[in-house]
Amino acid sequence: MKNFNFDAVVIGGGAAGMASALELKKRGSSVVIIEREEELGGILMQCIHNGFGLIEFNEELSGPEFAQRVHEQVEAQTIPSFCGTTVLDIRPEGDRKIVYCVSSREGVMQIQARAIILAMGCRERNRGNIRIPGSRPSGVFTAGLAQRLVNIEGYIPGKDVVIIGSGDIGLIMARRLSWVGCKVHAVVEILPYPSGLTRNIVQCLNDFNIPLYLSHLTTEIYGKDRVEGVEITPIQNGALVYEKSFRIPCDTVLLSVGLVPENELSRNAGVEINPATNGPWVDSTLMTSVPGIFACGNVLHVHDLVDYVVEEARRAGSFAADWLAGKHPVRELRVKTGANVRYINPSRVDPSRQNKLYLRSLIVKNDSVLEVKVDNRVVKQLKKAHIQPSEMLTVSLGPDELAQSGMDAQIEVSLL
Amino acid sequence: MPHGGHMQEMICITCPIGCHLSIEKISDEEISVTGNKCQRGAQYAREELLSPKRVVTATCRLKQLSNQTATVGQAAADSLYKPRRVPVRTAKAFPKERIPELLTLLYQHEVSLPVERGQVIIPDALGTGIDVIAERTMA
Repeated sequence: MKNFNFDAVVIGGGAAGMASALELKKRGSSVVIIEREEELGGILMQCIHNGFGLIEFNEELSGPEFAQRVHEQVEAQTIPSFCGTTVLDIRPEGDRKIVYCVSSREGVMQIQARAIILAMGCRERNRGNIRIPGSRPSGVFTAGLAQRLVNIEGYIPGKDVVIIGSGDIGLIMARRLSWVGCKVHAVVEILPYPSGLTRNIVQCLNDFNIPLYLSHLTTEIYGKDRVEGVEITPIQNGALVYEKSFRIPCDTVLLSVGLVPENELSRNAGVEINPATNGPWVDSTLMTSVPGIFACGNVLHVHDLVDYVVEEARRAGSFAADWLAGKHPVRELRVKTGANVRYINPSRVDPSRQNKLYLRSLIVKNDSVLEVKVDNRVVKQLKKAHIQPSEMLTVSLGPDELAQSGMDAQIEVSLL
Repeated sequence: MPHGGHMQEMICITCPIGCHLSIEKISDEEISVTGNKCQRGAQYAREELLSPKRVVTATCRLKQLSNQTATVGQAAADSLYKPRRVPVRTAKAFPKERIPELLTLLYQHEVSLPVERGQVIIPDALGTGIDVIAERTMA
């Protein structure tokens, strides 16, 4: 078995993995990236639509363009990577961690490191997760899988398509499939409002006159060998109205019903998971419950902009470099979710420096106020013209707001 | 398209608020917009009504592939993971009404390797002055 030794191992070579490795390298640590696919870039490589990079590069790029620009920096810094390599296990042993991984070229390898960055991204929820009744014909795909088939492998999954769930990937695929000659008959959303961005509703559905059924549930998938249609049932006052059910003939169903951080490796390594995000609990330095293991990007919580992923990953890399140098925060305060906040990440802050926090709303509202309280004393108020669950919010907290907080002070963030 | 006096509804996508705009077309070049919370809404409505444009992203076939069709052994296994299409996009927003024509052109077009990120795949597509460029480097 081959053995390697690095200061830090980054697991996952997408935007988060590359950005954190760049920061570690910049701080003088030796670092290696392990990637399951044959090349670095992650999910961005199949996201050929534009809209990436407005914050990071100050221009509107496609996914592959964004990924390649970061990849070029990784190459310029001569950061090594093992591609086509799957991590099997992370074992903390004393103050070191051993990463076991395997590739068809090298066989099983063992990499020793003091710090680990988890950057494995997330996985799509599938039919099993949302329990759609009906038969089990072929022709049911997750939206991201269909995206890979069309954009990378060059296959069109079907001709007449119904999309279940109004997440952004599903909306993007509605446009992509329309542009390759498929007929997209409907997008069906269980909630009374779309879960994707308004921009995508307008440009991916309205441009093609694709109907969006809000407050509707898919109650059956028909077909024996291949999908033949779906049954759609409206929801009124929280109940299914079967008298108003209707059927849409189709040969393909795409599911865009949410993403779940991919944390099997983290769990096996003893990392504690936050049920609100399905990602690890992290402290103010993005370190998980296992000392020396950090997390960033979609494995920590699902982001909506890759620009935020890169920003967060850079901080994770920098904190990991601090930790390798023996620097720890002297004091941390706990951050609680207040009214209308689904989660806030990280859930600890270091009152001696600026902290950047990401949060998600539970409600859709115009003219909202983001309020931060320390022990019931309001320390910050930010006006938000519009909030909705699909748009991540950020807030910065630093010595100005936190300097006078006591040892056991509690911070609460609410949306009013 | 509505003429003189007809109202048209539109959602502004300049920012996440998504104002519902009502647009009245006064003449061929003059419109009146209500419902916008800021000036960007009026500008969006004007562009969207008078000359709607979109950045078009698609893929083109890779030329090399026809003589790389191993069906057995390691070569076949490797080719499973090789991309078969090169992603391309218009360098700027492209007139919306000509998108179907552009897509037909792109799907007929074959690209030879190697290709560089930003390389012009089709210059001056359909005489619009807008180039189609490769989104990534492929060797």
